[in-house]
Amino acid sequence: MASRAKIVLQAAAVLVVASLVVLLGWQVAEKEEGRGLSGALERGERPAAPELAFESLDGESEISLADYRGKAVVLNFWASWCIPCRTEAPLLQEAWERYRGDGLVVLGIDAQDLRADARRFVERYGLTYPIAYDGNGASLGRFGNTGFPETWFVGRDGRLVGEHIVGEFDREQLERNVEAALDTPAR
Amino acid sequence: MTRTLLVALLSVLALAGAAAASEQAPTLAELEREVMCPTCKTTLELSDAPVADRMRAFIRERIAAGDTKSEIKDALVAQFGEAVLAAPPRRGFNLLAWVLPLVGAALAAGALGLALRRWSRTRAEPVPVEPSANGRSPLDPELERRLDEELARYDA
Repeated sequence: MASRAKIVLQAAAVLVVASLVVLLGWQVAEKEEGRGLSGALERGERPAAPELAFESLDGESEISLADYRGKAVVLNFWASWCIPCRTEAPLLQEAWERYRGDGLVVLGIDAQDLRADARRFVERYGLTYPIAYDGNGASLGRFGNTGFPETWFVGRDGRLVGEHIVGEFDREQLERNVEAALDTPAR
Repeated sequence: MTRTLLVALLSVLALAGAAAASEQAPTLAELEREVMCPTCKTTLELSDAPVADRMRAFIRERIAAGDTKSEIKDALVAQFGEAVLAAPPRRGFNLLAWVLPLVGAALAAGALGLALRRWSRTRAEPVPVEPSANGRSPLDPELERRLDEELARYDA
């Protein structure tokens, strides 16, 4: 009887430890998912862009990266409290207006931000390009982002292209990468 | 006994009263201890990140508007997700975080109980001690042997 109880207890302990290890592994894997994307781009590879689907900042629609397949996408991760994002916003708006007719979409991902602050930011800079709201920052790990702002470029085929820009970009850097994204073939 | 019960009852009532007051009129300081900064993963009270400053401003505004603690936390969860709470809510999957330590403690207590029981059973049976005729505790056999030897030598 005692040995049976001992076996049951040992099995329960093993089960609990195994569950915790699986949970830990799952958490780490989810957070590290996008860690290799930047390195792949630097090696000249073109990895597929991770899927993103969030509510729009105005709360009126759903925005998914997959909806823009066939278009080139500037994917800009920002937050209203991020100071370099204030410099980037007018450049992004300008690129959106200039290249929109060529098949470019500027997609802002507002992450780890208060929604009201982000809305004020959008109003202040007159941003009209689509902006998704990712309050808890779930998208950041998928791309391996480590701060704000960070910008990626997605080709018409849904694969990453050009540079992964960590921190503030300048006009020349933005245009060079926008053109690289527009030059990709749609699939 | 009655006095102890009365003290316990008064303590419970005092704690319940404080909790109710905290829920109805929360302070920034207590919410700073219960809410996490999403970028630095520490509580707001330990963070000076820009988003933490904005969250503090948001909490101040909501307190001034008369929101309860739950309403303020709900508003933050709606924006940042449940990870913004320093302690996970006691429901759904998060319940595991509250239940697992108790289950672990119960399992440990069970294992300890079994081990103690087993240990007490395997201990050697104590040697029964025969009472001596004069009511005193019996002599140590080794001492008794030495005493007999000494007496025998004396008689010789």
